[in-house]
Amino acid sequence: MQGASTAEESSLLNSQPARILRPILGLIAIFTAFGWSTGFMRDPSAPAWQLLLVALAIGVLGVWMLFFLANDLVSRFPRVWAERIRPYIFVGPALLLLFAYLILPTLQTLYFSFLDARSQRWVGWQNYQFAFTDRTMLIAFRNNLLWLLLVTGISVSLGLVIAVLVDRVRWEPLAKSLIFLPMAISFVGAGVIWRFVYAFQPPGRPQIGLLNAIWVSLGGNPIGWLQTQPLNTFALILIMIWLQTGFCMVILSAAVKAVPHELLEAARIDGANEIEIFFQVILPYVSKTVMTVATTVVILVLKVFDIVYVMTSGQFGTEVIANRMYSEMFRFRHFGRGSALAVILLIAVIPVMIANLRSWRRAQ
Amino acid sequence: MTQAASAHPARSSALQRWMQGIPLRASILFLCFLWTLPTAGLLISSFRERSAIISSGWWTVFAHPFELTQWTLENYRSVLTSDGMGRAFLNSLLVSIPATVIPITIAAFAAYALAWMQFPGRQWIFAGIVALMVVPLQMSLIPMLRIYTQLGLNGTFLGIWLAHTGFGLPLAIYLLHSSIAGLPREIIESAAVDGAGHFSTFSRLVVPLSLPAIASFAIFQFLWTWNDLLVALVFLGTRPDVAVVTTRLSELVGSRGQDWHILTAGAFITMVIPLLVFFSMQRYFVRGLLAGSVKG
Repeated sequence: MQGASTAEESSLLNSQPARILRPILGLIAIFTAFGWSTGFMRDPSAPAWQLLLVALAIGVLGVWMLFFLANDLVSRFPRVWAERIRPYIFVGPALLLLFAYLILPTLQTLYFSFLDARSQRWVGWQNYQFAFTDRTMLIAFRNNLLWLLLVTGISVSLGLVIAVLVDRVRWEPLAKSLIFLPMAISFVGAGVIWRFVYAFQPPGRPQIGLLNAIWVSLGGNPIGWLQTQPLNTFALILIMIWLQTGFCMVILSAAVKAVPHELLEAARIDGANEIEIFFQVILPYVSKTVMTVATTVVILVLKVFDIVYVMTSGQFGTEVIANRMYSEMFRFRHFGRGSALAVILLIAVIPVMIANLRSWRRAQ
Repeated sequence: MTQAASAHPARSSALQRWMQGIPLRASILFLCFLWTLPTAGLLISSFRERSAIISSGWWTVFAHPFELTQWTLENYRSVLTSDGMGRAFLNSLLVSIPATVIPITIAAFAAYALAWMQFPGRQWIFAGIVALMVVPLQMSLIPMLRIYTQLGLNGTFLGIWLAHTGFGLPLAIYLLHSSIAGLPREIIESAAVDGAGHFSTFSRLVVPLSLPAIASFAIFQFLWTWNDLLVALVFLGTRPDVAVVTTRLSELVGSRGQDWHILTAGAFITMVIPLLVFFSMQRYFVRGLLAGSVKG
């Protein structure tokens, strides 16, 4: 890499002041480029390919050059100082972004949750009082609880059952792919897929929704699955189960495969049937993985937003906390209540956060 | 499988075992069928004419699947042009590619420093990252929205790239750190002995060796940003020139909720890229998803 051309460069370029000046000038150039490009990238009317090109040039090459030049500059410092400062150059940009996008806003949201709609007046616990007493909020809490219990319970147990079953057929990869596939689809896309399944036509008209077609052919009257309470909440929950079962299955499948063969054989010789083996050998063996998977699903379901937003926007008694938070923020413009709801979501995940920190410290 | 079968001649026991497996295979087949049915209905309907979709169920096409006149691409043409899904598709690419690449670059440097450099505060920073990983991004929305409004970053691509970068960083650093910290100490040290500084050790050795981890995270982050609705709604909005496929599709559900020919084709357009990624890079996809499942 460092061929003859570098060696032949004039000694002036390699003189001591030049070696300090070069990275400084480079950094100035990079920051000028950042400044110019932020102006350009803010303009949504610019041609898409130009935006993409500039974004990639600045975002990858620019960031890379920034690290390179800052590192180069630090290398000119006395050695002790250079080694002391260098790590902070490597972690600096990341820390800056984490601070700006997560730490500072979290503290601000905590503060806003005690202020009024426009964040001007101190209202104490009023927003939290609203969250825990308002009738529509209580429905949201009840629904979130239903979501948590049903989605976690059903998708984890169904995922485990499928994992055990597919382990015994030769076309296992194909079967797993088909069940895992919904994981690739966005919640919005899944919403449209299921809106079509739940589609409703008045009695007498041909039903184009799969569910109503089956229901009518069995002799029932067509049902508005998304409008009828409390059926609609379960209809939404079913979508999430459809999306998440594949994820549970894939993780649990790895755990099921790790169950020692001798253990299963020994149980079979002892005369245990397959169902006993499932409950008495496999389940205890994979219980830890089941807990991990369940925690993951709980965190995801707690923040469920997209499905409810697209399917019912929280109407007809289907409200959930995250959707209400969005409505408070954008529709009602009540930043105090919106912030309080965000804080409630945060408090709900704190046990998981503590557990993660503990297991990380143990791993140290 | 069963001990009793061994008493019989080999052939009949094989047949018997096959017969015993029928309920098992049937139930798996049934589950796969059930899981694929909703998506299949959407895909089939997206190629049917508007009048056909609303007058008969999509499953009726199986009565005469080779009657070619019933199939049409018109829905796709119309949703891509007059309903703005084409522009939204470009916008989604425009959002997702930088929003994947930028956090990886920044996270890789940070992960290397946390893994192989000694400095005060290192443990604290890492503990902070583990904690931040599960913080719901709802905690950031209101303050960031206000700051973005002041800075004029609302509704700009720059704004959403930075937002996705900020929200994606904890997971990116955590994942890349666990891969980079797992590299053999001898390799890193021998590079230092050869006179390589941290920067060249990082760029010539650590980055190439961590490519599998980088690929896994890249796939996770790309799909996450592509499929995201909330961040796009809040920071980018629904204006046609910036709307991404998810926001556009959710708008269509609101404004044309009964026009199934538009919705089915539109939904399938939002799914094309994730499905391609899924089928072409399934191994990395699964690994990325598993690794990313801890995200808050």
